[in-house]
Amino acid sequence: MRGQINKISKAQVQQSPAVVKPRSSGTLGHRIRNQWQLQSMVIPGIVWMLIFSYVPMFFLGIAFFDYNIAKPIYESSFVGLKHFREFLGDPRFWRSIRNTLGMSSIKLFLGFPIPIIFALLLNEIRSTKLKRQVQTITYLPHFIAWTIFGGIVMNWLASDGIINDLLLFIGLSDRRMNYMSSADHFWWIIFVSDTVKETGWSAIIYLAAISGIDPGLYEAAALDGANRWQRMFHITLQSIRPTISMLLILAISGIFSSNFDQIFMLKNNMNLKAAESLDLFIYNMGLVMSRHSFSTAVLFARSIVALLLLLFANKATDKISGEGIL
Amino acid sequence: MIRKRLSLFNIFNGLFMLFWCFITIYPMWFILINAFNSSAAANLGTVKLWPKEFSVESFQVVLGDPDILNGFLVTTLRTVIATSIHVIFTALVAYGMSKRYLIGRKIYMRIALITMLFNGGLIPNFLLMTKLGLYNNFLVFVIPAMYTFFDMIIFINFFRTIPASLEESAKVDGASDYTIFFRIVLPNSKAVLATISLFAAVYHWNDYYQGVIYIRNQNLLPLQTLLYKIIAENSMNLMQQQAMDRFGARLPGNSIKFASMVVATVPILVVYPFVQKYLVKGFMLGAVKA
Repeated sequence: MRGQINKISKAQVQQSPAVVKPRSSGTLGHRIRNQWQLQSMVIPGIVWMLIFSYVPMFFLGIAFFDYNIAKPIYESSFVGLKHFREFLGDPRFWRSIRNTLGMSSIKLFLGFPIPIIFALLLNEIRSTKLKRQVQTITYLPHFIAWTIFGGIVMNWLASDGIINDLLLFIGLSDRRMNYMSSADHFWWIIFVSDTVKETGWSAIIYLAAISGIDPGLYEAAALDGANRWQRMFHITLQSIRPTISMLLILAISGIFSSNFDQIFMLKNNMNLKAAESLDLFIYNMGLVMSRHSFSTAVLFARSIVALLLLLFANKATDKISGEGIL
Repeated sequence: MIRKRLSLFNIFNGLFMLFWCFITIYPMWFILINAFNSSAAANLGTVKLWPKEFSVESFQVVLGDPDILNGFLVTTLRTVIATSIHVIFTALVAYGMSKRYLIGRKIYMRIALITMLFNGGLIPNFLLMTKLGLYNNFLVFVIPAMYTFFDMIIFINFFRTIPASLEESAKVDGASDYTIFFRIVLPNSKAVLATISLFAAVYHWNDYYQGVIYIRNQNLLPLQTLLYKIIAENSMNLMQQQAMDRFGARLPGNSIKFASMVVATVPILVVYPFVQKYLVKGFMLGAVKA
């Protein structure tokens, strides 16, 4: 203890006064020691990040080796881009790209406007109490696990399920079939079930943006004779445009990822042809077939693409709203 | 300013909202009535509005099943332990980071930010857990979930809104940073603590995927992972066997599935009306930053 104090004072003496920043007392070591309690709060977090975020980044390196989980990394042989070439020549990889982009595109082009429309319509309901009740009810499915929600989807789409009953009743179909075991329907099942589960919740952010609009704008427009639709398009929609563009750009930057919880629950051997997204491909190759290096190569490539998309999204957001997300 | 009379638009809008409420509520109702349907009636197919024959026998099977009870226990423990550790740990890190005079703050922040841009992903994480001995270990639910960047940012933003005078007067009285954190900062942060705990708790209650990847030991499987196996993989032979022993007849698989779903969802449905407001607030806190 005493030795430490001596060291500090010696260091203090050596430090020239000109170097010391204003308002700070003593050397760096001394100042750190003064705030050791704060440091001891933060440093465990940094250690956690190094272990649980940075070590996995380092593990991405096995994409360039023939890694065997039973042996240490340095004993496996370097193979360069072998695994990258392998997956680029794998039709199953390209199928998973197609599935991912297919599902993302439906979600982006058809799904993106739905929460906006929902928020606009909900905003037209004048009774605050009713509005709040609708919100409470439509948020609920967001908090139900995909195991449960997926279970209902499977039951309803089975050949004796209520969707078949309904379609036969209104005459849209003439025979019973299990929609879950058909690859043709899978993308649409993903889209519709996601829409039912998440629309209410996704509308929150737009509702919040709408609630920030100055009511005076509506009054002025009403005085000028603008009808409901004109007010909706020229005031509400215009005012929340920054929110819309920001979320749109984020959605675009996420096109190579999928909702894994949902797909993993709803996939089966019959619909795998349409269900195997990039995430599921990585899972199947890496954890089911234990091709660790191969699927890490896919992950590595995807991380790079995702990073580029994110940086692009950030730049675009910066341009549009003047406020980047990073 | 806006006419009060009922226009065609208002009627259609109201009907649309009613319809949307119906399609979000009805799935829950559907599970409930089918879980309470008797096995004899369930053989004739699912019911749509009301149980044909009211019965609790599928609940007797589900709640008498040792695997389900064990899963319930694992999930409860996981939710409570992982949530409390996450909240305390992340709040401590955030409190330190919220101080602008913290030495090394810029470097720490950079380290934290890079994890947002680039991460290992499934396979590297799996290898890490295996190397750390967390594979097939209850702690795999707790330790990797101790910290998240977004929750830290929410905490930092909130801590900065606490009046500095509160902390300064305590400092004059000679209180240490830990005393200030636990005695002054935390009691003044109840709202943000509630929202972050709720989100973490919902995540831990609903997650089935960690159990699928990391757990082989049957006794450590969370309820949702068991449910995943029952529903998606149709592995319910044991429970059906027990149902046969108990009722002398084959209890239709669907009844048991629905009863298990009810058991796994009831806790969420019970707390949801009370905590809904906090969840929305928490989402907004996060969204404003993102």
